[in-house]
Amino acid sequence: MQGESSHAWGLQHHFDSFDQQREASFLGMWVFLVTEIMFFGGVFTAYIVYRSSQGAAFALGSHELDIGLGAINTAVLIGSSLTMALAVWAAQTGRRKAIVVFLLATIALGGVFLGIKVVEYSAKFEHHLVPGPNFHWDGPEAPGVEMFFNLYFLMTGLHALHMVIGMGILLVVAVLAWRGAFSPENHNLVEGIGLYWHFVDIVWIFLFPLLYLLGRNIQV
Amino acid sequence: MSEHITPVRTYLVIFMALMVLTAITVAVAFMHLGPLNDIVAMGIAVTKACLVILFFMHVRQSSRLTKVVVLAGFLWLLFLIGFTMSDYLTRGMIMLQGPVG
Repeated sequence: MQGESSHAWGLQHHFDSFDQQREASFLGMWVFLVTEIMFFGGVFTAYIVYRSSQGAAFALGSHELDIGLGAINTAVLIGSSLTMALAVWAAQTGRRKAIVVFLLATIALGGVFLGIKVVEYSAKFEHHLVPGPNFHWDGPEAPGVEMFFNLYFLMTGLHALHMVIGMGILLVVAVLAWRGAFSPENHNLVEGIGLYWHFVDIVWIFLFPLLYLLGRNIQV
Repeated sequence: MSEHITPVRTYLVIFMALMVLTAITVAVAFMHLGPLNDIVAMGIAVTKACLVILFFMHVRQSSRLTKVVVLAGFLWLLFLIGFTMSDYLTRGMIMLQGPVG
């Protein structure tokens, strides 16, 4: 008989073992991430549709983005994925303080990314590149360039929103880790937020070339 | 305890690979390769995403069920993009005769 009283602490009563509980958590998180793939997929498809007909305008638009800041942010986010992976490793090997340190490092790198994003956004406001009544473009292809910046703010904005949510959850998980809520058998929250964070990293891995790199080789 | 624990060295190697690929994709962006520019940029992005999914997200050691779910997610993304573009990219090919209602 597998009664509730015989269950180990941290093992939910509807699971037989920690392995089964972890497998369900991992699979469940991936099912959520698949819905996120489709959510971002719609926006990516919109980008591909407009770029297929407005290639010249999108090349003009990409030249207005700061490729240096974009590359630095890519490195920062990949670094935050490394610290996130190490936080999961620390949880698997029962290093309580290391979990907290790596989670806080991940939050800090996320903060650096968003800080650089603020610098980029404010430059776009100053140069009147934000779509709307204040959008101003002297060169050719003005409607196409405005569409590029519509998609730029939509895609990077949704990505930044995901990062803000992720950093909030990371902070909660860091507090739980500090209180000793995780063990080598039971750390599904750390693994789960890790999957989410890596997914947000993957979205940026595609946003960076699509927005900053494509069209750079074209002389404008 | 059957959970596979990836050694720290593996994470560091994957991190370095991701950084090198980022440097390559930035360098290639300024070269004049014609249509190859887009293909190389997207190829490198897909490679980086696969490294993150397989190693950082532990899908390499996950159950077959999880692998099917992950693959299905990206397969349906390809359907979304593929069928949408099969419409947009072929619209100019259809020559309509007479008045269009």
